[in-house]
Amino acid sequence: MNYDEILNSSVVDIKPSGIRKFFDIAEQMENVISLGVGEPDFKTPWHIRQSGIEALEKSKTRYTSNRGLIELRREISNYYKRKYKLKYSSEEEILVTVGGSEAIDLGIRAVIGEGDEVIIPEPSFVCYVPIVKMAGGVPVIINTKAENEFRLTAEELKAAITEKTKMLILPFPNNPTGAIMEKEDLEKIAEVLEGTNIMVLSDEIYAELTYGGKSHTSIAQIGNMKERTILISGFSKTYSMTGWRLGYILSPAPICKQMTKIHQFCIMSSPTVSQYAAVEALKNGDEDITAMRAEYDVRRTYVVNEFRKMGLSVFEPKGAFYVFPCIKSSGLTSDEFCERLLKEKKVAAVPGNAFGECGEGFIRVSYCNSLANLKIALSRIKEFLKENKNG
Amino acid sequence: MDRKLGKLLKILEEDARYSHSDISSMLGENEEKVSELIKQAEKEKIICGYKAIVDWDKVSDVHVTALIELKVIPQKNLGFEEIAERIMQMDEVESVYLMSGGYDLSVTVKGRSFKEVALFVAKRLAVMDNIESTATHFVLRRYKEIGVKLMECENDDRGPYSF
Repeated sequence: MNYDEILNSSVVDIKPSGIRKFFDIAEQMENVISLGVGEPDFKTPWHIRQSGIEALEKSKTRYTSNRGLIELRREISNYYKRKYKLKYSSEEEILVTVGGSEAIDLGIRAVIGEGDEVIIPEPSFVCYVPIVKMAGGVPVIINTKAENEFRLTAEELKAAITEKTKMLILPFPNNPTGAIMEKEDLEKIAEVLEGTNIMVLSDEIYAELTYGGKSHTSIAQIGNMKERTILISGFSKTYSMTGWRLGYILSPAPICKQMTKIHQFCIMSSPTVSQYAAVEALKNGDEDITAMRAEYDVRRTYVVNEFRKMGLSVFEPKGAFYVFPCIKSSGLTSDEFCERLLKEKKVAAVPGNAFGECGEGFIRVSYCNSLANLKIALSRIKEFLKENKNG
Repeated sequence: MDRKLGKLLKILEEDARYSHSDISSMLGENEEKVSELIKQAEKEKIICGYKAIVDWDKVSDVHVTALIELKVIPQKNLGFEEIAERIMQMDEVESVYLMSGGYDLSVTVKGRSFKEVALFVAKRLAVMDNIESTATHFVLRRYKEIGVKLMECENDDRGPYSF
């Protein structure tokens, strides 16, 4: 059989993520310290796990409502009221999804059709471009710049908008750069979008991991932006619940209604046990977040300052759990740097160009690791840089 | 408490052997400031000492620890202080805590054998004035000490699946 003739070319044409290549090599080696994973090293807090166990014990293992347990949707609604003074109806504007990833897929598929343009700032999470393409849309890339701390500027946005633009993806706090958008930055973006028909898909999965005494601002809080915002978040990063596969999406009711259709036909409902655990996370998890954030913050400061001591140029990331140092001074490409670092020093990092072409010359370092491991990894990187200079 | 000091103490509590250079990176302060903070904390006895956490079971089997519950008749004006002070002078004693609940003082004692510890309790502790009763509990196995796991630690079980 000639599968090439059968398979959907828009799927076949999607390139596998550049991250994979390095993970495959790393898996073959021993004693590798991985700064490559985008997954918290903390365990899911015990009280949250216990709620999952209780749900199992009480045999709460049926489908839930397509949109998710009403208790959970109410807790999500309370959370946004409490943290952001945003009002979302638990009946009509909240949908519980299988991780943030499904939420991104739904948000894009509900809005984007053949030929619609979607503006995507890069470097950013690897799934936006393929999902847009699979929906028939056309990704329009904005290369954010290190000198702007990888924030999206109003000028860059204005220049990218055409009459076909249907959506802007706003991935902040950003994976891989750790960049954030503050209130003033978002206000300028809002000014550009006001009066247009462009929707914003705001991926705020790292919102709780914002540092330096600042708290996250959502674009939905700015002016009238809520009516054009599809807000995505979830439990994976915030509560260290990656394997529970639970996220959610907040949007105006007419959009939520369409996304719910896709969700109910493709997924039916999100994992029930996870939803019960998530109720507990939202009810009693604030202290866990504070503790994890404080720990991440020490690591973040440590890694940034150590890179600077090594002479690498690195901007201070104010969100997520990544540092994005520039490695151009080594004379190596991102790929060469990461491959050699892995093979010679057994430290795994991800080449910046895996997150968009403009990430070339950078590497993504995740500080989801103990200080003790970070110390070892950083000293290996230091050695690597030294040896490279001499060579 | 000063926020920087709080962070510093947490770092040292995790590992007192981090260099001042490492700590300066973690706090985002220069090394002089770190040295100054540490010196001050030592002077004020906020930092009371630095010791290795040793798993003696791995190197010798002549090592016994016991937790001893003491019921004490408190003394007029002195309460439990006087007796606690006398107990903490003894070299065999590792820790002394005043407790709430069913007994008064919790004392950790180290010895080379069960017999040695038992004799210490019988001959030195139980006979002290104002001790009403003692209950000795021997430690059979230590799993975690001052926040450090002494058993085989779990490995990083995160797979290479995230983006």
